[in-house]
Amino acid sequence: MLTLFAVFLFTTIILLVSGAPPFAAYYHIFKGALGSWIKFSHVISVWIPLTLCASGLLYTFRIGLWNIGVEGQMMLGAVFATAVLRIGAGKGMPMLFVVLSFVSGMAGGAIWAITAGYLKTKGGVNEIFAGLGLNFVGQGLILWLIFGPWRRPGIASMSGTELFPQELWLPFSPALRLSPVGLVLALTALVLTALLLQFTRMGLNLKAIGNNRDASYLFGLNPDRYMIIAMIFAGGFAGMAGSVQVAGVYHRLLPAISSNYGYLALLVVMLANYNVWITPFVAFFFACLNVGSIQLPMMLELDSTLSGVIQGSLVMATLAVYALRIRGKLPEGTATT
Amino acid sequence: MTGFDLTILFAGVVAGAAPIVLAALGETITEKAGVINLSLDGTILLSAMVAFVVAFESNNILMGFFSAGIVGAIVASIVAFFSLYLNQSQVAVGFVLTLMTRDLAYFLGNSFSRLRGPQVVPLPVPLLKDIPFLGEVFFNQNMPVYFSLAMIGFCWWYMYRTPLGLKLRSVGEHPRASYARGINPRKLQMVYSICGGMLVGFAGATFSLSVKPGWGRPQGAEGTGWIALVLVIFGGWNPVKAAMGAYLFSFLQVIGIYCQEWLPSIPAQVFQVAPFPLMIFILLVMSLAQKESVLNWAESNAGMKSILAFLSGAVPTALGKPYRPD
Repeated sequence: MLTLFAVFLFTTIILLVSGAPPFAAYYHIFKGALGSWIKFSHVISVWIPLTLCASGLLYTFRIGLWNIGVEGQMMLGAVFATAVLRIGAGKGMPMLFVVLSFVSGMAGGAIWAITAGYLKTKGGVNEIFAGLGLNFVGQGLILWLIFGPWRRPGIASMSGTELFPQELWLPFSPALRLSPVGLVLALTALVLTALLLQFTRMGLNLKAIGNNRDASYLFGLNPDRYMIIAMIFAGGFAGMAGSVQVAGVYHRLLPAISSNYGYLALLVVMLANYNVWITPFVAFFFACLNVGSIQLPMMLELDSTLSGVIQGSLVMATLAVYALRIRGKLPEGTATT
Repeated sequence: MTGFDLTILFAGVVAGAAPIVLAALGETITEKAGVINLSLDGTILLSAMVAFVVAFESNNILMGFFSAGIVGAIVASIVAFFSLYLNQSQVAVGFVLTLMTRDLAYFLGNSFSRLRGPQVVPLPVPLLKDIPFLGEVFFNQNMPVYFSLAMIGFCWWYMYRTPLGLKLRSVGEHPRASYARGINPRKLQMVYSICGGMLVGFAGATFSLSVKPGWGRPQGAEGTGWIALVLVIFGGWNPVKAAMGAYLFSFLQVIGIYCQEWLPSIPAQVFQVAPFPLMIFILLVMSLAQKESVLNWAESNAGMKSILAFLSGAVPTALGKPYRPD
């Protein structure tokens, strides 16, 4: 409660500084997110990739890895999925190619994640920098594809590749412009993650290594192997998110296909305090903020990045409140990095 | 572009590297004291925005630089405060602040986009600028560039040749021991985080007032914060080597512009992003070079050995692990 109040105060000050009416801004965000069924379905379509990425991140956070490369993993998922769909265009058997595109999207994300994982375990490169580097590579790859080999006939532009033929789109309900397949996938990923992390040996091992790497050796656990496993899950889910964006939302490859959802998912998981069950709700809230703030430039001539400011200050305030609550209760030497 | 002039090329490299040098030096100071400030990328943008807006409103470049330094210092002090006094992960706080300060910059700076504002004026150094080649490259520049050049030497001297620098390094290596010697590690880490943050703020101002003048979305400084963080590792936590890395990166960027002319078949976007992965690749090679097997192999080869010795650098032992008083 204190957290929400602090964030509310901070955001209001920011809005006043920029000379905007704060309450009108909040009203437009709320109305923009939940004002109609169309908008609500838009929120859900943001929620899907956020939840998928967040599910993947739960594995890597559990083992103590900062998988900042989730953004690039999502991009590679989108690239791989697009590749399959481009091959499949006009070949018949659309369902087969759609399924294949998801498989290859997950593989793409996983390959990117494994690369970062091996750079960490074999090369000794910090996973944050390996991931970031790969994010840049992924972005470069997408731009090169859109302006190079996959450019539209005639004009290459930032608006992306050509649309896929309609039979290769994920089935969606026209009234809501939302694909139920994505929703099912996200929910499945979430439940699967919860089960794997809480009820299996693997989940326990990930946690053990994350909490005390040195001790895990004594139990015969190989931290490097589990790190790669965690990265595969994270990359796989992120790749799936990329595939959903390509096959279910945009029906083409865009330069901004990942829309920063990977970075945002990191904040989601942090705000959810790495808890599987809180994650989807935080993701929903963040999706509301994102979609709601799209209204701001039109209605109040404000930049839509206000949502990012609110999200960031939420996490900061939560960290502060959390820290103050446990202050003085920490045993010696529990430094966290 | 008609001709290819080596002098212009290198002058461009030195000018373009100025903000990166400042950011890398700032982060080196911070990390040398044992604190990781991961928020660089956002901090640079926010301070660039503030610098531009302040300079635009007051029509005073110096005010712009000054306020950018303050912004950098504030962000750095938040990271340090959360880590040192609230026991939170530096990486987590830094990452959140990266995104938040970036969004804040875009949000608050929105109404100042694409305006023509004041810019740093060129200021050739008399006499020195007449030295062939070197004069053109180093002394026919502007204030931020001279400042960045001077700071390289100053940081090195301060860290390795003064008693204060020894204290700075000691809190990063072994805060408990320095505590026993009567140093307050928390206070020093806070102070150096703020100093480092100020340099990062100046880096932002150098972008918006000189290297990539103006404000917009995107500004053009995106990504350099991450590069500065990589450079600190590249430089083995040594300010001079980190600065040399900044020149290498700037060189890659400038060469990219030339490549665009030479190879028009490859889309320009590739050359804009290429320096980033290249830099990461270099980092990878370097960290591989410090593996034991490679070191053993180099034992037999004197030339290799000295190269490796130059590349190697030790992580401050207590980096990211703040000191807790008993």
